[in-house]
Formats: sequence, C-alpha cells, structure tokens
Amino acid sequence: MKEQALKDLREKIGYDYTFDCVQCGYCLPACPTYETMGKETHSPRGRINLVKMVAEEKMALEDLREPIEKCLGCQACVTACPTNTQYGRILEGAQEVLNDSEKKSVSKKLTEKIVFDTFFPSSKWMAGFGHVMWGYEKTGLQKAVRKSGLTKLAPLNLGKFEEIIPSPAAPKERKARKTYYPAKGKAKATVALFTGCIMDSTFFSTNQNTITLLNHAGANVYIPEAQTCCGALHSHSGDVKQARELAKSNIKAFEEINVDFVVNNAGGCGAQLTEYDHLLSNEAEWRDRARSFVEKSKDISTVLWELGGVSFLEEKEEVVTYQPSCHLTHVQKVTKEPKALIQALSGVVFNEMKDEQKCCGSAGIYNIVHYDDAMEILDVKMSHMKPTKAHTIITTNPGCLLQMKMGIKREGLEDSVRAVHLVDFLSERLPLT
Amino acid sequence: MNRLKKKWQKKLEKIIKDDKRILTDSADLLSYGFDGSFGQYKPERVVQPVNREEVAAVMKLANKYSIPVYPRGQATCLSGGPLPVKGGIVLDTCHMTGQLSIDSENLTAVVSPGILTSKIKEAAEEKGFFYPPDPSSAHVSTIGGNVAENSGGPRGLKYGVTGNYVLGLEVVTPEGEIIYTGGQTIKNVTGYNLTQLLVGSEGTLGVITEITLRLVPKPKKRVSILSVFDDLVDSGRAISGVLSAGIMPSAMEIIDKHCINAVENYKPAGYPTDAAAIILIELDGHPKAIEEESVQVTDICKELGARTVQSAVDEEDQKSLWEARKLVSPAIAKIKPTKISEDATVPRSKIPEMFERLNKIREKYNIELVVFGHAGDGNLHPNILTDKRDTEEMKCVELAVSEIFEAAIDLGGTLSGEHGIGTMKTPFMEKELGSAGLEMMKRVKESWDPNNIMNPGKIFPEKGQTKLVLTE
Repeated sequence: MKEQALKDLREKIGYDYTFDCVQCGYCLPACPTYETMGKETHSPRGRINLVKMVAEEKMALEDLREPIEKCLGCQACVTACPTNTQYGRILEGAQEVLNDSEKKSVSKKLTEKIVFDTFFPSSKWMAGFGHVMWGYEKTGLQKAVRKSGLTKLAPLNLGKFEEIIPSPAAPKERKARKTYYPAKGKAKATVALFTGCIMDSTFFSTNQNTITLLNHAGANVYIPEAQTCCGALHSHSGDVKQARELAKSNIKAFEEINVDFVVNNAGGCGAQLTEYDHLLSNEAEWRDRARSFVEKSKDISTVLWELGGVSFLEEKEEVVTYQPSCHLTHVQKVTKEPKALIQALSGVVFNEMKDEQKCCGSAGIYNIVHYDDAMEILDVKMSHMKPTKAHTIITTNPGCLLQMKMGIKREGLEDSVRAVHLVDFLSERLPLT
Repeated sequence: MNRLKKKWQKKLEKIIKDDKRILTDSADLLSYGFDGSFGQYKPERVVQPVNREEVAAVMKLANKYSIPVYPRGQATCLSGGPLPVKGGIVLDTCHMTGQLSIDSENLTAVVSPGILTSKIKEAAEEKGFFYPPDPSSAHVSTIGGNVAENSGGPRGLKYGVTGNYVLGLEVVTPEGEIIYTGGQTIKNVTGYNLTQLLVGSEGTLGVITEITLRLVPKPKKRVSILSVFDDLVDSGRAISGVLSAGIMPSAMEIIDKHCINAVENYKPAGYPTDAAAIILIELDGHPKAIEEESVQVTDICKELGARTVQSAVDEEDQKSLWEARKLVSPAIAKIKPTKISEDATVPRSKIPEMFERLNKIREKYNIELVVFGHAGDGNLHPNILTDKRDTEEMKCVELAVSEIFEAAIDLGGTLSGEHGIGTMKTPFMEKELGSAGLEMMKRVKESWDPNNIMNPGKIFPEKGQTKLVLTE
C-alpha cells in the first residue's frame, strides 16, 4: 500500500488506539461472543489485534469482516478493561473502513439506502408500518434484501420476531399526542422527550407512559416534532456520514426549546445521543452545540432519580429481575438508577441474575442479521434468568425487551414470565386518578 | 515438503472431527499468535481438543511428522509461553472444562485444564475450603496455564505458589502417551517427582490434561494494614521486622513512589505523593490471633519509621485499602502505552538493595521504570513503560531489562519469580544456572521430547541468542 493510503487507513481504523491494549485478556470473561463462539477471533482482545494486523498489512482487510460483523458492540469489554482501551472507537473505525471498502451490488446499496436513509429516520414510515421488522416484510424490502444477499438468514427469521412484537398503536392515538404536557403540581424541571423511531412506533404506549411518569415526578415535557432517528444503527453499520446528518438534525430540533434535560428511554439510542460530540468533533460550528446537547441527554431512569425518585407509586407484590441495556451500562455508564428505582418499590422482590451485565444478543439488528449466533447468546442469558424465579424481566431498551420476549418464548415460559420496559413497570404502579 | 504438509493437515481433520474446532482462517490463526508479552506469530493450525484422547492423537501425529505443538490456555502469559514461534499447531486447552470436583474428605480438587482459576477458588469456598494461589489474572487464566507456568501471586509468601498445591497430574507426553504422575495423597515418594518437574515446565514437556489439587481450610478472618514510609530502607526493615517477629502475613505488597504518583495522577485518592513507599499487609487466620497480630504489625511499622499506619477489618474498608494496589496497573499504563512487566526476585533481605539498583538503571537509561510487587517474598515487579513504536527508546529498554536480570542474579535472586522464562529471558539462563546446570535441564527436555516438538523455542536459548530483543 502507498504510504499516504496506509496513513489514512491507520487513522480511520483507529490504529493508535490499539496500542492501549496490553493483551492482558481481562476482557475475555466479559465478552458474550467469546463465550458462545469459543475462539479468540471473536474476543475484544482478538479483534483489536486483528485491526492492528490490518493496519500493519499483515492481514487482508476482508479477513477482518467476519470478526467485526459478529461483534455485538455491547462494549462490556470497555468496562472490564484495566487500561481504558477505547474499544468502541476501534470498532467504529473498523466498521467504517469495512463499509467503505465493500464492493456493493447495486441492489444491496439500494436496500441499505432504503432501510437506513428513508426507513429509520422517517417517523411517518415507522409510524405507518408499526414496526421495523413487520414493515421490512410488508414493503417488499424483504424480497429485495433476500435477492441482494444483505443478510442470509434474516428474512427467514423475521416471522419469529413478528410473533413477539406488540401491535402498534392506532393512528388515531398517535395523532392525538400533544407537543407539550405540563407537570403535575409544581414543576421542578422542564425536559424534552427524545421519542426514538422504534420506541415511537412499536412502543408508543411506553413513550406515553414516560411522559406521564415525568409529569408525576414534576417535569414539564416537550416533544419536539422535528426530531429524527438517533443514527445508532447507521453508526454501527459504518455509515458515519448519514449518522452525522441525523445528529445535526436532532441537535437543531432540541435547541429550539430551552430544557434542563433531553430524556430518552432506549439505552441504545441514548448511547448514540451521548456520542454526538465525538461524531461531530471535526466540525467547528457543531462542536459546542453537540457538547451542550450531550450534557443534557439523560436516560429516563437518571432523570426520575434526580427528580427525587418515584415515591408516588403504589405497592404491588412481584418477583423481578433486571436485564440492563449494554449501551446504558457500558457506554452511558448508568447502572445504579434503574435498580434503585426498582428496589425502592414496596412489594417488589428483586433477584439479580448472574452476569446481568452481559449482552442478551439483541444488539441493534444483530439478532436479525446473525440470528443463530444471537440465539446462542440468548440461551446463555436465559439459563441465568431462570434461577432468579422472577415473573418479570425488566429492561431499559426496546431491542433488549424484544429479545427477552423471544427468550421467554424459546423457553416456553410465556405463561409464567413476562418482559417489560422499566417505564411500563413503574407506570403500572401509578395511582389511579 | 508441501505434500507432507497437506498430509498432516488432512490427518488432523480425522482426529478433530468437529471442523469448528480446527481453525484454518488467517484471522483465526493470527488470533492465536500472541499472548500478554511480546511478539506476533502465525501458526499453521489451531486445534481445540475437548478430551485427553484427542490431545494424545494430536501429539502422536505431530511427533510423527515433527510438527511443533504449543499448548495455550487464555494466553495471559507475560513471558511468551504460548507463542507459536516456529509455526505448527497451537493446542488450545480452553475447551477442556469437563471436570471440576471437590473432594471434601480428602481436601482435594480434580480439575480439567481449561477451568478458570477463580472458578476453582469459588467451588472450594462453597464447601468451606480455600485454594490459595491468586495470580492477579485468576479470573481470566486457566488452571492448566497456571500449572504449566507455576503461577504465583500476592499470597505466595504464606501459602506458596501453584506448584505447592499440585498433587497429581494427567499428562499427554510429546510422543502421545497418556501418563499419570503423583496422586491424591499429600505424601508420595514413589520414584522421581515428575509432578513437580512438569509444574512450571512451560508446556515444553507435555500437555496437562487433568490436575489434582490440594485444598486447605478457609481462614476465618482477614485484616488489612496500610503503612506509609518516607524512606525505602525503613520500609524494607519493616518487612523483615514483621516476619522476624514470627508473623506470617497472607500478603505483603510494596508500591514505590513512582507508582504512588501514577495512581494519584490517574484517580486521586489522597495517597501521599512525597512518600517513598507504601506497604500493604494482609493477615488471615483465627480472629483472635490476627487481632493480636495486627496490633503487633502496627507497632513494628511505627517503630521502624512509618509515617502513618491504617488498618481495616470490614470487607469494604479492606477493599478500599487495596484499591491503591489495584490501580497501579491501569495507572502506570497511562504513562506510556507499552508495558514491560518483569518479575525478577531477590532474597527478602536484598529488597532495599534491589530498589537502589533499579533506581540506578532508571537514571542511567532515562526510562520510565516503576516498581511494585510482593515484598514479603522478594518478588518485585519492575515495570518499564515505553512505546513500541519508538525504536530508539526500545533499544535502551532492552539494555535496561538485561541489567535488571543481571542485578537480580548478582543479589542471589532469580530471573523469574512467577512469570516464567518463555522467549524473553532465554539468553540469561546460563548466567543463572551455569553451563552444566543448563545442560542438565536440556537433557531432561531431550529425553522427554526427542523430536523437539513440544513448545520449541522456549526456556532454552537458541544458537546465537545472547541478547534480549524487543524490536522487530
């Protein structure tokens, strides 16, 4: 490779970051794919080393594709790392380089374009079709995808997901949503809700419950209409350009109102929102705006906790466990608040599951694209869930929620166990007024 | 040559029938070509056997075709033990996890080599027993690797190292025979002690496929004490003072001023940056005994010039005292990205002298050299922080590391307390062992492994290998 090209590759792929890894292997026990796939190639230490190999021209870039694509991106390794290696940056760099190098067929390009540029960012599409997987099939995208070879297994397994996806809210209900909901009683804070595309289509009622909870906790809630998709899925698939555009749209949409917090209720989206400053770090006019957006972006659990908890909730007996969202835990570093909110409820018995901080295998669209691998990871998760004897699995991200539902179904536990978003779980205990 | 290669590789597929457990892709092979030390190699095959029969068949094949075989656990090794330096087959033992049983009547554990060390400890504690060896990587490393490298850890002072707990082994020899050494009894003098020969043999004499370990009763209580010293010689005297008073702490760690500064820069916790050293002591045993001993230790430290002495009984408080020690590794990694961790060990009484020598080396080569380690047993960890990409500095580092080895040997110590010889320290073997001593070791190796296929390139210097080389 020519000197300049190599220099560019090294910069883009995050070669310098790889030197922070001392190959101690402390990340191995934390990595779900190392556990289920059983080889170093699918471990964080292994992947970092392979990125280094590519940057040193000791391995072809194409050989890096599978190890990188099979990474969940859960970033549990970042928490485990004693030398603070920025695995997220290395992963992102590798994804971008791989994405750029891919010789895509025309139909594949077209498909990705429809999925990422039109489908996810468009609240109209998302709302109209209810949810992404279902829409994916109904729009004929499935056919195009299958033809293009974008995913080998995905379309075959979409049916399995369809059964566990809740029915979308009626259009009437959606249209009835206002753009402002005042706090109950004296307002302690003013916040704006980041609705998220999947949350707002498939889990519309969770968003409504989020607003209600915030109102009860003393927050005025705005819902800026101009907001769009967070761009997480674009970032994770290496489409950084589109991710930047989406970030700018969101920053703009939320700058229009003066709020204390920008609240989100999806761990994955929230993580992406807190990455906006990094994403736009090379664009002078956006840097400060991105930073102030990031500072205000908070998960619902953090905001509820900061507003004084949820003391207004009613007692109800239940045995529960918690499956934290990886991006909430390892990227946003929010670990205490969700549990504290659950444990503060009277009547609730909280049983922690073993390795709760390990990914469930949902990981964005990982469980669609790498169905079999994701199910192996899920089976491990369920083997830790069962001993908790919980009737309710609480999660903080829509992907995790669907995956847990899938796990319950795979184990045949539909009659005794349910999966529910933290917000919905708390809302069940709202006093009837 | 090529035809022969195809032949053994084809035959290998007949031994490991599950093709998921024979790795051939470039990415896979490169992923098994490194460890926690230096160097990147590419083996021709990686196999992941699940039982002794598969291991034996692989060894028989390799022996027939003279293919090098490198046993590998989780590759946390700091001396290059699992590196496939001459091509051939990496034999990954991580999938051999079938056995982990505790025998409460005999106080033993029988374990497969791929079991993580921390899992053994947990299983023993569940039944009220204790497996003391505690390398800091115990939650990652496999017991097979620990036995092969004879890993130590902070508790070595009172409890000894991995080898002190190995009663018996099941081993596949380089010629593919399955043998059993030692047994399940504490006493066993039947013939040569092959068990202890294999312990620490760094995978050069065979593949360990099952281990019988000795357990001890779990200590009832622990106390931790942190003392700060203004003078390094005083801290050395305090270490000897405690031990001479008839107290045997379960751990005794020292952190030098450079480490303290690194920790304070990394996560300020209020450690005195002007101190010369911090000594951390852990006592375990019967509550009444350690209550008395902790008072004694406090008095001795104060008498010998400790600026402050702090003790903790609650588990949480103890944890926070040990936080400083825990933070050393990540903190020093912030100084420069490449970390060379040595484990030269000297007689306890020579610790202050060793510190002086290390200081001189630090100044002479103008390098970032920090020292922490297991003061109680003389096992220090001089760590050099540098940058692999800076070849000029790396040359200085090579010389400095060589001088560290020489200093340890001069003071009556040893090249390696717990990390092993591997690839890096081979040029210094003769200096410590003498040519006849080294020759005897070679003869042992030759009689076990006539075709030199078992982890070749380790322990013994290659022809013309007289210097430490860290640059490519």
